[in-house]
Amino acid sequence: MLLAAASAAVLVAACGSSGSSGTSASGGSGTSGLTPPQASTPVPASVGKGEGHLNLIAWEGYAQPQWVKPFEQATGCQVSAKYAGSSSEMVSLMANGGGGQYDMVSASGDADLRLIYSGDVKPININLIPQWKNFHPFLQNPPFNTIGGKHYGASYEFGPNVLLYSKKAFPTAPTSWSVIYNPKYAGEVTVPNNPIQIADAALYLSKTKPSLGITDPYELTQPQFNATVSLLKQQKPLIKKYWDLASQEISLFQSGTTVVGAAWPYQTNTLVAAGAKVADTIPSQGATGWADTWMLATHAPHPNCAYKWVQWVTTPKVQAEQAVFFGETPANKLACPIMDQLSKGSCAAYHANAPEAYFQTLKFWKTPLATCDDGKNDCVPFQQWVTAWTQITG
Amino acid sequence: MTATAVREDQAVSGGARVSAALWRRAWLRATLTLSPPLAWFLVIYLASLAVMLATAFWTVNPFTNSLEHTWSLANFQQIFTSTYLTIIARTVIMAAVVTVTDAVIAVPFAYYMARVATSRGRQALFVAVLLPLWASYLARVYAWIVILQKGGTLSWTFQKLGLGAVNIGYTNTAMWLVFSYIWLPFMIVPIYAALERIPDSLLEASGDLGARNWRTVRSVLLPLALPGVVAGSIFTFSLTLGDFITPILVGGANSNFIGNVIYANIGTAGNLPFAAALAVVPIVIMIFYLLGARLLGAFEAM
Amino acid sequence: MEGRLARIGLRIWVAGVLLFLFVPIATICLYAFNSSNVQSWPIAGLSTKWFTVAWNDPQVRAAFALSVKAGLFATAVALLLGSAAAFGVHRFRFFGREAVSLLLVLPLALPGIITGIALNSAFNFAGIDLSVFTIIIGHATFCIVVVYNNVLARLRRVSGSLYEAAADLGASGLFTFRTVTLPVMSTALISGALLAFALSFDEVIVTTFTAGAQNTLPLWIFGAIRLGQQLPEVNVVVTFVLLLTVIPVAIAVRLTGGGGMTRSSAGTARGAATGPAGAGAGDGQAAVDVALGANEP
Repeated sequence: MLLAAASAAVLVAACGSSGSSGTSASGGSGTSGLTPPQASTPVPASVGKGEGHLNLIAWEGYAQPQWVKPFEQATGCQVSAKYAGSSSEMVSLMANGGGGQYDMVSASGDADLRLIYSGDVKPININLIPQWKNFHPFLQNPPFNTIGGKHYGASYEFGPNVLLYSKKAFPTAPTSWSVIYNPKYAGEVTVPNNPIQIADAALYLSKTKPSLGITDPYELTQPQFNATVSLLKQQKPLIKKYWDLASQEISLFQSGTTVVGAAWPYQTNTLVAAGAKVADTIPSQGATGWADTWMLATHAPHPNCAYKWVQWVTTPKVQAEQAVFFGETPANKLACPIMDQLSKGSCAAYHANAPEAYFQTLKFWKTPLATCDDGKNDCVPFQQWVTAWTQITG
Repeated sequence: MTATAVREDQAVSGGARVSAALWRRAWLRATLTLSPPLAWFLVIYLASLAVMLATAFWTVNPFTNSLEHTWSLANFQQIFTSTYLTIIARTVIMAAVVTVTDAVIAVPFAYYMARVATSRGRQALFVAVLLPLWASYLARVYAWIVILQKGGTLSWTFQKLGLGAVNIGYTNTAMWLVFSYIWLPFMIVPIYAALERIPDSLLEASGDLGARNWRTVRSVLLPLALPGVVAGSIFTFSLTLGDFITPILVGGANSNFIGNVIYANIGTAGNLPFAAALAVVPIVIMIFYLLGARLLGAFEAM
Repeated sequence: MEGRLARIGLRIWVAGVLLFLFVPIATICLYAFNSSNVQSWPIAGLSTKWFTVAWNDPQVRAAFALSVKAGLFATAVALLLGSAAAFGVHRFRFFGREAVSLLLVLPLALPGIITGIALNSAFNFAGIDLSVFTIIIGHATFCIVVVYNNVLARLRRVSGSLYEAAADLGASGLFTFRTVTLPVMSTALISGALLAFALSFDEVIVTTFTAGAQNTLPLWIFGAIRLGQQLPEVNVVVTFVLLLTVIPVAIAVRLTGGGGMTRSSAGTARGAATGPAGAGAGDGQAAVDVALGANEP
């Protein structure tokens, strides 16, 4: 028995280092010297007949029946969506079970680069997406999904990580993120259970403790990192629960267990629709955010359905529906008037009328790497973020 | 005589010949019977465990999340830090508390089922115990959220009873309750089986020797029920050790347990080698537990 | 034997435990009628709209069908391999017998997340795509253990003299197997199969790691819980499954005489003759035997 196990282990060892992919990318913009493995994969010239199925990896709320059902009826592609709650989860799903399983993934900027450089996604023919010409210019070829002129997907929508609060506890909207670090609300605060939350704390410190010199919340030197971690450790006793699933935060606020926390606009909208007295806001220190792209898997089993999906979800109507449902900003310029039809004032509320200026204010998710943007090598990499996060939440 | 015997031999059917051949060669029968299941376990189960074990010694590319087959002990070294040792201790303690709770709840219930209830009652109780296993585990855990949350069913009931509001949602107390609830059927069934096997004559003899009811229970019944408790405890202990759904759904800010930390390391953190290294911990714990259970069982051999 | 007070106490205890077991079930059934898609107490309102939603939802149907399919295949594999293993361990003495017994208990004794990660790693390593096939492999692995335990427990209670008597009467090995062994094992096979199917149908932890883009019913439920938009639909589906299984479970318990045990001092012998004794509690019985370290005949 033991002999069998041992020989299996030896076999595994002997098969050695064939597993890892070619690139050992070491920097966010520090990937500039590297070529994505799928860069020279040819793109189709036209979209053929649908294959009948479409497998998506999506954020919760990105595959709602409201726009999925018409798609299924029009194209015959039956959609099945697997939900993921974090960029790392999406990257893992695509890497581990992904080869030949999933067709598309709605990855955020940080995950985009990781997927591109690991070879798990391939370029698309942007000319097959007619709505692309209606995108806001800054979202047509953004650096997180367009590399070397090749489009690894089509920009979808973007949004902020907001401060969600109960109107009972806060009759007027809070103006600072300090409320989630305030002992006054001990046991009534919730934040995402995701190491990337460290960046949110760093962003807060960048404005409230300028002496630390934090400019980019994803590129922290060791002293800056330590200061951020200590702030989060002080926050720990105030936290009722670190939410893993969006529906958990919804439950927490619905029952009144928590009164303030970090959230996606999706939670706010669901709570408001269910009659809860909550609202969200972006405090003065600003917010982190995510910019999503629908990317095509390298070994997608249903590429035609995938292209049809992208064509569909970039139309102004679906862009508007998604934006209003989730609470985010669409890439398509023409979505704004439809948003106002669906929900009065939503176009302005989600900055769809002046997106570029808004876009610049958000600190979008980036994978923290050891090499900082300024070329130095002393930034704290993501794996340390993960370890620190387990320590904080431990 | 010989000629007839030979002719009779030749008239034996093929099937009988095969079974005769098999009868004489016990090793052939053994091999034929055991090879398929053993092959499955070796090729699929053990080999998978071996691959996972090997992965525990590797590292992962932080950018692409792909495995890098560089051998190192870094993952195991990380486990022996206070963060993870606390998590492991917390999980083991919770598993032990849940096991004891379930044992305490199950023994009287199983006793009633086995020795007091009528035959019909016994069947009905058996169905009642097995039925919850058919309502999705996830849905049952999720139902507890609404029961235990602030202003939830439990709090509402307590208030109606004049006991004041309680808010134990998203705490380790909530987790203890939910774990005890979910694994209870797994504890009841073995204890019931053990109690059911006790012959009436043993208990009558104990009475004849002058022991009163409580003494009989303490000195005869409980020791004989112990193997059932131990058997059930294997399930409650190991299921609690590895569960990640309940900590995620019902746990609070202090609810990092082995199961959900492993799960987080596969998903949110994308660090399969470290998750594999962490997974070795419950394996080691359970092996010790199984050995201990065997010892206890051996003492109680009936 | 018990005093009156003890009896009353026991009755109260049993009632309390039954309450404990069924309050969450009642909650699930109640919230199937929830008009809001968010679960709060008191219930927001009552409505039957989610029943229509669930009935018309193709994803639910597909997930249900896949769960049934995986369960049937896994149970079939488990019946074959599990009973073969029980037979082998029971009848033959060979080198490494104790180790094999321990090995065959591992999939249930080790936490599911470990089996899940291990299988996932192995499939990735071998380049096997995650699919229905891998789901079935994962389920079959622990289903084999369940059937093995049940059959082994049953075999242990059958007196060896039955086989010798059959041989004395001139039956060949195969004939004995067909007419003596199989009928004796039948109740253990049935209860083992039922338990295996139940475990497979509700399994979510191992399946999370062995499923590809498909959803079994528990995976669909997990996805719905993540989304938080259709929780009442989840409750509807679960209530439906529960109602569906009340009758089979009741029949199975009655068939295997889950209650009909003899308690006489000759219980063991009678149990062997009447068959069902202990088979209904087969899993527990077997677990007891495992705990007893009963490797001897």
